[in-house]
Amino acid sequence: MSKPDQKRDYGFETRMLHAGHVPDAVTGSRAVPIYQTTSYVFDSPQYAAELFDLKQYGNIYTRINNPTTAAFEERIASLEEGAGAVATSSGMAAQLVTMMTLLEPGDEVVASQHLYGGTRTQFVHTFRKLGVTAHFVDPDDFDAWEAAINSKTRALYAETIDNPQGSVVDISRLAALAESNNCPLIIDNTFATPYLCQPLNHGAHISLHSATKFVGGHGNSIGGVIIESGRFDYSHYPTIANPSPSYHNLRFYDTFGLHGFLMKARVETVRDTGSCLSPFNAFLLIQGLETLSIRMDRHVKNAMAIARYLEDDPNVEYVAYPGLESSPYHELALRYCPRGPGAVFSFGLRGADPREAGRRFIEALNLFSHLANVGDARSLVIHPASTTHQQLSDEELVASGIDPGMIRLSIGLETEEDLLWDLDQALRAI
Amino acid sequence: MGSRSGAACDLTSHSLLTVEQKAEYQAPSLVRGTLGSASSVAIVGLSTKRQKASYFVATFLKSRGIKIIPVHPKADWILGEKVYPTLNDIPEPVDVVNVFRPAHECPIYAAQAVDIGAKVFWLQLGLFNEEAATIASAGGLDVIMDLCIKMEYGRYDGTMRFLGMNTGVLTSKKAQIGRISSHQDVHASECLL
Ligand SMILES: Cc1ncc(COP(=O)(O)O)c(C=O)c1O
Repeated sequence: MSKPDQKRDYGFETRMLHAGHVPDAVTGSRAVPIYQTTSYVFDSPQYAAELFDLKQYGNIYTRINNPTTAAFEERIASLEEGAGAVATSSGMAAQLVTMMTLLEPGDEVVASQHLYGGTRTQFVHTFRKLGVTAHFVDPDDFDAWEAAINSKTRALYAETIDNPQGSVVDISRLAALAESNNCPLIIDNTFATPYLCQPLNHGAHISLHSATKFVGGHGNSIGGVIIESGRFDYSHYPTIANPSPSYHNLRFYDTFGLHGFLMKARVETVRDTGSCLSPFNAFLLIQGLETLSIRMDRHVKNAMAIARYLEDDPNVEYVAYPGLESSPYHELALRYCPRGPGAVFSFGLRGADPREAGRRFIEALNLFSHLANVGDARSLVIHPASTTHQQLSDEELVASGIDPGMIRLSIGLETEEDLLWDLDQALRAI
Repeated sequence: MGSRSGAACDLTSHSLLTVEQKAEYQAPSLVRGTLGSASSVAIVGLSTKRQKASYFVATFLKSRGIKIIPVHPKADWILGEKVYPTLNDIPEPVDVVNVFRPAHECPIYAAQAVDIGAKVFWLQLGLFNEEAATIASAGGLDVIMDLCIKMEYGRYDGTMRFLGMNTGVLTSKKAQIGRISSHQDVHASECLL
């Protein structure tokens, strides 16, 4: 009988720096090398045959896997304590790959109505072309979730923290509902990051990210990633359990067990859609992960200070940040994001003509960058009513959850007092 | 790699192992030691079908230079290896007995593994049977349960990470080519997977 091992439960920061990469056997390279290659020489004809049959773990072709990308995948899977991960070309691709792996024509998804606008568009229009229907419900209303679930429902979907509403979803309650309906719960954890929330530890089965945002953290690379818990029972879930016609009738769940979903997502969906991440972007995203906790602590600290400041300003109608005690989501935020609910939030400008006030506010800012992204190290701002949604009337704006005076901020890592100064002088200029 | 024989065995069976049982039957040093020293593995329940988990495992172990000895009641040859109807019929030394059969049958294979002088009794992912473990360890064998021998090999020779899987292996020591590493330990929380 052997002695029980001394196993060390390494901390989050240690895993940020070490998980997913063992120094290379030949060169000893300490940083993760960039394997900028399309393909890999096979050991032998027999090995190649076994590799294509998935009987070997090995590198096949960079559309399917790549050692730099794999280091990114394993590292983020370790941070969220999943069985593994599959990286994709973007956050949108992470969503599409997840859904195309799980769903067939005729299947349905029930999703929170508080979603990134691009996601909603994908779910409504692109899903329709695939024969998949998405129903949208108020994420706080569990009767609505239950009412929308039927025999065709194959997945539930929500964001940990959404924008612009600033709502936080009750992940463990939703996971229990999903499981009792033989559905995996998919959580878009982009705004929380693996540091502020680990959805799989609260019962979610799949967590996905637009790594473009805080994971990369420097606004230089588009990328996405899907992390799976390995804990969902797919034995009665058609697409993962049944023989796959595109893989010699392989049954992914029976053969790969806790890796079944991830293997199918990689060797079928990413292979066939070509939605792989580039190795160079994977390298940049790894650089982001190595400082994630430090950056997020600072993002949250700056965001909290700014949210409190705005809440007290007479020109501000509301601040939708779940870190504030005034937010209806404050308790859920404390439960799911105890270190702080991220650094992206919206607030509303007061005034006779809020649309015009928003335009003037943006013009007066000096430090905040006016652009359509979030999760950069630099502070970002956008006024939807004069940019992305400018063609909509005030009534149409409100119907889509955006009011004419709404401003979205993504708080960066600059000196806190400088950000407060910039907002203050812009608020005085409107 | 699952050993599920149909829908009955699912991943939730993982929760059947307590922390103490994991320490006893899934200890990284035991798993690494077994993989690093095994030269022959008898596979009980090795399928003749190329898309079954056991066939994947056998193909993989063969590629690592490990002799596989199929145990199957009807087949004659699998993967070019002579098949024996039971463990007791195997005329050569067996290091590891690796089982791909339903959990309730496992005590029989444990007793046979003791009879033939095997060193390790290994039940695949999804399989756990205390009675079988007691028989095997009373007979002097090390016991591993509810782990896939291929996944574990891929974890410790470093190849599983090529597919983005969470190996839990965390070390700043240089990798060793084609070897089951002796110094890499597994991060504790991943052992729960
Ligand atoms: C919450 C959320 N999910 C998904 C996406 C899509 O990600 P990407 O732009 O990387 O495709 C975004 C991008 O804005 C986002 O904010």
